[in-house]
Amino acid sequence: MKPKTDWLPRLLLPALMLAALPFMPGPIWLTLTVAGAAMGMMLFLMASGLTLIFGLMDVITFAHGAFISLGAYTATTVVAALPNLQQNGTWPAALALVALALMAAIILCGAVGFVFERIIIRRVYGSHLRQILITVGGLIVLQELLVAVWGANPIPVAKPLALQGSVAFLGASIEIYRLAAVGLGLAVFALLQLVLTRTRLGLMVRAGVENLEMVEALGFRVRRLFVAVFVTGCSLAGVGGVMWGLYQGLVTASLGPEMMILVFIILIMGGMGSIGGAFVASVLVGLVTNYTGYLAPRLSLGSTILLMTLILLWRPRGLFPLAKS
Amino acid sequence: MTEALLTLEAIATDIGAYHILHGVDLVVPRGEVTMLLGRNGAGKTTSLRSIMGLWPPHHGTIRFDGQAIERLATPEIARLGIAYVPENMGIFTQLTVQENLKLAAHSARFDEARLDDVFRFFPILKTKWTDRAGLMSGGQKQMLAVARAIVEERRLLIVDEPTKGLAPAVIDQLIECFLELKARATTILLVEQNFHMACSVGDSVAVMDNGRIIHSGSMATLAADADLQTHLLGLSLASHQ
Repeated sequence: MKPKTDWLPRLLLPALMLAALPFMPGPIWLTLTVAGAAMGMMLFLMASGLTLIFGLMDVITFAHGAFISLGAYTATTVVAALPNLQQNGTWPAALALVALALMAAIILCGAVGFVFERIIIRRVYGSHLRQILITVGGLIVLQELLVAVWGANPIPVAKPLALQGSVAFLGASIEIYRLAAVGLGLAVFALLQLVLTRTRLGLMVRAGVENLEMVEALGFRVRRLFVAVFVTGCSLAGVGGVMWGLYQGLVTASLGPEMMILVFIILIMGGMGSIGGAFVASVLVGLVTNYTGYLAPRLSLGSTILLMTLILLWRPRGLFPLAKS
Repeated sequence: MTEALLTLEAIATDIGAYHILHGVDLVVPRGEVTMLLGRNGAGKTTSLRSIMGLWPPHHGTIRFDGQAIERLATPEIARLGIAYVPENMGIFTQLTVQENLKLAAHSARFDEARLDDVFRFFPILKTKWTDRAGLMSGGQKQMLAVARAIVEERRLLIVDEPTKGLAPAVIDQLIECFLELKARATTILLVEQNFHMACSVGDSVAVMDNGRIIHSGSMATLAADADLQTHLLGLSLASHQ
């Protein structure tokens, strides 16, 4: 018997897009849909690391927001250090600058994440209350360290010239940077899926999410896997921070923590620990925020909470709940 | 006398505030099937989990092939060549049958001969190869759990109540499998409530009660002595009712 595919949550995204179409002109719908997808992809970059950390390690870390901020600050430094690339209006220069900022954020956030896991997280495995308390403390310390290094004033950061502006498509105006964010988000999602489904490491992670004890009984050193996953999660937060920082154009130490409410909403809606769930929930949040911003601006702020409530009433364990033993 | 592969000396294990094992002494001879019997709550599962380092003992010594392992972490113990099938089977329900077995093959490649054995013991696993393990029946999951333990050459198999809640046909299939493994001189430590199975495959037996071994000897002797069975298993049950 082949496993039945759960189609309903998968159909949510196209259903939402089609449902919004009759309520607005086509070009506006297209603009909002791309904007929502881009926002969703950036949220996915921030949330994917956290859902991986929670799913495998059963660790709730509020310090994740600081790693998003660290990624954004790293982008400001890289862009400031390479003004020629930023001002160069060609695609290769723009892609090289973004790639350098992403690489720097991946390395820096990964390294800080490694130290954070060794010093703080490893002491609180298995205790959610202690995890929350200590990671909130860790968040404050990391935020203050960011202020100590980059200063308390907001730092402006400009997108590479080639990624500024917009293109016209079917009468709609679409920001180039948003298209780039969609491309990167899809690439990261595909890469994560590839690693999780096609590699032995991914096999270990998927098995560990379900039954950590049995993975250990098969001879795998789970603690090492924890470190690798935590470092990867922090690096992914950094990637999200780079993209969000460049998108916002102004970076502060609170940039990341401010996103954490949305990130947690995405984790809960998607099903804690599910990468696929985080992906669908991120895009849902992006689309709903943009559609309601246009159709009913007064509802815009509460739209994500309303969306989460509806989804949890329908599926109390999220869209793609994981089995845990 | 057959040389011991695994020995437990005065093992005491606590779970939280509860003292479960109060000094377990057990010998598992190399190349034999040792049955660990006893009523529910006697400490059989705790003994197995203590051996695997999942509930490390706070006192006593566990030696595997002469090496003290009671302070080793679970992965290190498993890497010595000990396979463990827990009472709840420990199947990864979201993974396919193939992925469950692949994870147990440390070289990440299947030994074709061993895989053929697995399919011969449990043909259903070949049919369900690409199916998600969570969709299989309880008996099929148990077959997968045992298959995962034998898909690679191991020095010791530790199996916790493999027949629990299974249909007689599935139990017969498992008995066949254990008998063939026994014929190949595989060392097995088997916790079992099914006395028929214990008699079928066991060489030696240890009976537990209240966190201690209260009897050890030959399985054939226990199987032939109804009074001894009543004394060890029946009386023990009655004393806790």
